[in-house]
Amino acid sequence: MNNQPTTWFKAAPISAFPENGGACVKYNDKQIAVFHFKQLDKWYATDNECPHKHQMALSRGMIGDQQGHPKVACPFHKKTFSLETGLNLQGEDYCINVYPVKIEDGFVFIGI
Amino acid sequence: MTQPLKVVVVGNGMVGYKFCEKLLTKVGGGLFSITVIGEEPRPAYDRVHLSAYFSGTSVEELTMAPASWYAEHGIQLLTGECVVKIDPAAHYVQTHTGLQIPYDKLVLATGSGAFVPPVPGVEKEGVFVYRTIEDLDAIIGYSKGATRAAVIGGGLLGLEAAKATLDLGLETHVVEFAPRLMPRQLDAAGAGMLKRKMEALGIQIHLNKNTSQFDGGAAVVGLSFADGTSLEVDMVVISAGIRPRDELAKQAAIAVGPRGGIVVNDQLQTSHPDIYAIGECALHQGMIYGLVAPGYEMAEVVANNLVQGPTVKEFKAFDMSTKLKLIGVDVASFGEPFCEQTPHDTIVVEDKLKGIYKRLNVTTDGKYLLGGILVGEAENYNMLLQTVKNRLVLPPNPEDLVLPARKGDGASAGAGVAALPDEASICSCENITKGAICQAIEEHNLPDVAAIKKCTKAGTGCGGCVPMLSDLLTETLKKQGKVVKKVLCEHFDYSRQEMYHLIQTSGTRTYDEVVAKFGKGCGCEVCKPAVASMLASIYNDVIAKQAVIQDTNDRFMANIQRGGTYSVVPRVPGGEITPEQLIALGTVAKKYDLYCKITGGQRVDLFGARVEQLPSIWEELLEVGFESGHAYGKSLRTVKSCVGSTWCRFGVQDAVGFAIRVENRYKGIRSPHKLKSAVSGCTRECAEAQSKDFGIIATDKGWNLYVCGNGGIKPQHALLLASDLDDETCLKYIDRFLMFYIKTAEPLQRTATWFNKLEGGMEYLRDVIINDSLGIAAELERELQYLVDTYHDEWRVAVETPEIRARFSHFVNVEEPDPTLEFVEMRGQKRPADW
Ligand code: SRM
Ligand SMILES: Cc1cc2nc3c(=O)[nH]c(=O)nc-3n(C[C@H](O)[C@H](O)[C@H](O)COP(=O)(O)OP(=O)(O)OC[C@H]3O[C@@H](n4cnc5c(N)ncnc54)[C@H](O)[C@@H]3O)c2cc1C
Ligand code: SF4
Ligand code: FES
Repeated sequence: MNNQPTTWFKAAPISAFPENGGACVKYNDKQIAVFHFKQLDKWYATDNECPHKHQMALSRGMIGDQQGHPKVACPFHKKTFSLETGLNLQGEDYCINVYPVKIEDGFVFIGI
Repeated sequence: MTQPLKVVVVGNGMVGYKFCEKLLTKVGGGLFSITVIGEEPRPAYDRVHLSAYFSGTSVEELTMAPASWYAEHGIQLLTGECVVKIDPAAHYVQTHTGLQIPYDKLVLATGSGAFVPPVPGVEKEGVFVYRTIEDLDAIIGYSKGATRAAVIGGGLLGLEAAKATLDLGLETHVVEFAPRLMPRQLDAAGAGMLKRKMEALGIQIHLNKNTSQFDGGAAVVGLSFADGTSLEVDMVVISAGIRPRDELAKQAAIAVGPRGGIVVNDQLQTSHPDIYAIGECALHQGMIYGLVAPGYEMAEVVANNLVQGPTVKEFKAFDMSTKLKLIGVDVASFGEPFCEQTPHDTIVVEDKLKGIYKRLNVTTDGKYLLGGILVGEAENYNMLLQTVKNRLVLPPNPEDLVLPARKGDGASAGAGVAALPDEASICSCENITKGAICQAIEEHNLPDVAAIKKCTKAGTGCGGCVPMLSDLLTETLKKQGKVVKKVLCEHFDYSRQEMYHLIQTSGTRTYDEVVAKFGKGCGCEVCKPAVASMLASIYNDVIAKQAVIQDTNDRFMANIQRGGTYSVVPRVPGGEITPEQLIALGTVAKKYDLYCKITGGQRVDLFGARVEQLPSIWEELLEVGFESGHAYGKSLRTVKSCVGSTWCRFGVQDAVGFAIRVENRYKGIRSPHKLKSAVSGCTRECAEAQSKDFGIIATDKGWNLYVCGNGGIKPQHALLLASDLDDETCLKYIDRFLMFYIKTAEPLQRTATWFNKLEGGMEYLRDVIINDSLGIAAELERELQYLVDTYHDEWRVAVETPEIRARFSHFVNVEEPDPTLEFVEMRGQKRPADW
C-alpha cells in the first residue's frame, strides 16, 4: 500500500472508463487498472497484473463488494482482491498494489 | 459455598459410564462430586460390540473412555471394587474391601448377568457365559482344546455367541427351547428363513430342545435333552437370557420385582427416593430393557433430574426395535413385529432363493406402518422404523418399501431422510434427533460421518444409524450448497428461479435496476453474470450493452486464453462449411497470425487474437457469412451432426439438414449453462447425441429425442423423452424442454445436473413437456419463440456499433497492444509462452 503519492498521473477523461467496471491505463512501463463504482461515486486503482499467474487482466475483471467491502475478481481464476487494501480476499498469500485516485476537471488522476 | 452433592454410581458398565458423561455435559463438574465403583477390573467398555474382540478389536478400542478421562473430569473411579452393601439410612455404600463411601444420591447401574438355568451339571468345566471380556478370554482359552461347541439359547445373544464359536473354528450347535430362533423378535416364517441361512453357514440348529443335564465328569462332554436325545460337545456357552443384578437392592430392602429387577418409577427412583436405578438392572413398568439405547435414555433422565430437579424429565416406555447383522445375515424387527393385539393387515415378501423374508404390519386402512420383520436384507430398516415412529403416511403402494427396487424410471422406495420431521430420533442409542444432527452439521461444518459421530455422539452406540447419518450429511450439505446457490449470493436473497420470475414480471431490464429493486450492495462476480444470463434469456437484448456485468468471456465475446489473448470460433451449423468460408478462415488466420485448430465440436477455433483485433477479425468473417459461434457464452454451442441419409448407406433421415435447422433455431439463446446438441442419422449414433443436453437420433419413422446428457466432467447418458417424432413435434418438445430448464435451473447448472435434482425424474419431466401437466406448455413455447424471433448476431452488432467496438482495446489512454504478450513457436504455429 502506498501512503503519500509523489506524482499525480493524469490518466484519461472519466468518459474513457466504463461505469461499474474497469479499464487499463499505461503509465511508463506500468499497467494500472482503474475501477469506477458509479452508485457510490468511488474510484479505485490497482496493478493490472494478477499476482496469481501474472496475467495482465485485473482491469477486465468484474467488480463488486463483499460485505460492503469493494473488490475485483480476476477473470482467469476468480481470485478476488480488496480494492482498498489489495489483499487477496480468499485469504491466500497474493496481494496487489493499490493507488489513490482523484477526479479533477473531468479527468482521472492516479497517485503513484 | 455449598458442598458439592455427592453422587455415587455403582456399576461402571455402558450405562454407568454414559450417566457420568451426561451429568458432566449438563454441569461441567463443580456442582457434583462423582464416584464410580465398578467390579470389573477395567473401565467400562462397549459390551454391544463385545464380539468384535474375537476378530481382533482390542480392549482399548472397546473402552468407552480411558481411566484418564475420569481423572481429567474430577470423577473418582474405583475399578475391581465390588459394592456389597448399601445403608440407605446412613447414606453410604460399602465395598468388598471394606471401603465406605458416603453419598447424597446413589445411582445403581449394576446391569445384569447371564441367566444360568439350574440344570444339573451346569457347574462343569467348559461351561461358559458370554458377557464380559474375561468370559471371552476364558472361551478363547478353552476352545484351543475343543472341536465342538453348543450354545444354549437361540436368541439375539445366543446367535452372536454362536458366531464367536464358529469364528474360533469350532463345530457349532445352537440349542433353543422355543420352536423357533429369536422368538422375541421374529415370527415363524422369519425365523425359518434365518434358520436356513444359519444352517447354510454351517451352524446346526436344534429347536424345541429342553436341556435336562450337562453330561461328563469334571468337564462337560455333552448335553442331554428332555426328549431323550443328546448332543456330544466339548464346551457350552450359555446364553439363555439375562438376570438383572438386584442382589444389592434386595440386601438393602429396596423393592425388586417378583422375577427380579429393581423397581423404579418414571423418574427412575427406586423405592428409596435418593437411590436411582438405570440400565439393565432397572425394572420399569414390569419391563427389563436388555438393550443399550433405553439404558442411555435412563441415564439421560437421571442426569437431567439431578441437575434440574425431579419430574422435569420422565422415562417413557422405550421402543425395542433392533437391527443386527448375525453372521453376515441382516435381521431386524421394529415397532410391533407381531401385532398380536392390534388389528392390521400384513404385507409379506419372501424369497427363499435369496433367503429374504420381509413382513410389514400395516393399519387396516393401509395408511400407517405398525411394525415389521426383516430377515436377509434390512437396508430399509431405518426408514421403516422412522415411518413407524413418526407415523408417516405410507406411499400408495406400501409394498414398494420392501420389494426390491424395480428397474425403470427410478421410482424410489420411500421418500428418504428428507421426509422425516426434525424430531425424528435418528440415533436411538444416544437418542439424537434429525434436527440436532443437521444443526451440528451446519454449525460446525462437519465434513463426514466420523466428524458427526465425534461431535454429536450419534452412531457411536450400535452403529445402526450410520447409513442414515450419511444420508443426512448428504442432504444437509446439498441443502447448504443449495442455500449458497439458492440465494444467488450475498446481494440477493432469492433463488435463480425466484429472480427469474421477479425480473420477468417487474420488467426490469438492467442489472442496476435489478440490484436496486431486489438486491443490495454493488453486486459481485456471482450475481452479475447470473442476472446477465437471466436478462438475456428473458429479453434477448444485445449483451454488449451491459458489458461490465458479463463474465469475462461474454464481455469480450470470446474465450480468454492463457496470456490474455482470445479465441474466435465462428458458427458452423451441422459442420457444413463452404470452400469460400474455409478459405476466409485461412486468410484471416494468416493475416492476424492465429493458431488454428479443428475443435471437438466440428468447427474451427482460431486462437491468439489480441483484444483490439477481435472486431476486425469478426468484420472479415462476417463478410463471408459467418456468425458468432457463442463458444464463449452460456448458450447453444454446436449441434453436432453425422452425415446422415444424404451420403451414408445406413442413414434413415437427413441428419445434417435437421441439425442445421436445430442449430439455427436455438443459436444465441442464453441459458443457465451451455447447451449442446447433436443429430445422428441412424441408431449407430455417430454424432454421439446421447451425450448431449438434447440429442436427436433418426428412426425410420422420425426422430427419437433424448435429453439431459452430459459429456465433460461427469459424463451421463441422455434419457429418451419421446420417440418417432416428426420434425415439428420434435422442435416443439425441445422448445418446451429448453425453456423449462432455462426458467428453473440454478446458475451454471447443466441440464444433466438439473435433471438429477428434479424430483419425479423422467416421468415428471415427460409429464410437463409432453402432457403439459403444469399447463405451461403454451407459455414455454411462446417465450422460446420470442427468443428465436429476436435473434441477432451479437458480433455483427458489436462490429457495427462504434461505442461497443471502441471498448475492444487494452489501454484506454494509449493505442497500443499489451506489450507483455509473449508467444513461442510450436509445430509451425504460435502458442502463448508458459505462465
Ligand atoms: C475448443 C474446445 C476444445 C477443442 O479444441 O476441441 C473446447 C475448449 C474449451 N472448453 Fe470444452 N471445448 C470443446 C469441446 C468440449 C466438449 C466436446 C463437445 O462439445 O462435443 C466437451 C464435453 C461435452 C459436454 O460439454 O458435455 C467440453 C466440455 C467442457 C467443459 C465441461 C462441461 C461439463 O458440463 O462438465 C468445460 C468447463 C465448463 O463449461 O464449465 C469446458 C470449457 C472449455 C473452455 C471454454 C474453457 C474456458 O473457459 O476457457 C475451453 C476454451 C476454448 C477456447 O479458448 O476457445 N469444456 N468441451 C472444444 C470446442 C467445441 C466447439 O466447437 O465449441
Ligand atoms: C454379547 C452381547 C451383545 C450385545 N449386543 C447388543 C446389541 O446389539 N444392542 C443392544 O442394544 N444391546 C446389546 N447388548 C446388551 C447391552 O450390552 C446391555 O444392554 C448394556 O451393556 C447394559 O448396560 P448396563 O450398564 O446397564 O449393564 P452392564 O454393561 O452389564 O454394566 C453393569 C456393570 O456393573 C458392574 N456391577 C454389577 N454389580 C456391581 C456391584 N455390586 N459393585 C460394583 N460393580 C457392579 C458389572 O460388573 C458391570 O460392569 C449386548 C450384550 C452382550 C453381552
Ligand atoms: S479439456 Fe480442459 S484444457 Fe482442454 S480445452 Fe477443455 S477446458 Fe481446456
Ligand atoms: S491469473 Fe488471476 S486468478 Fe489466476
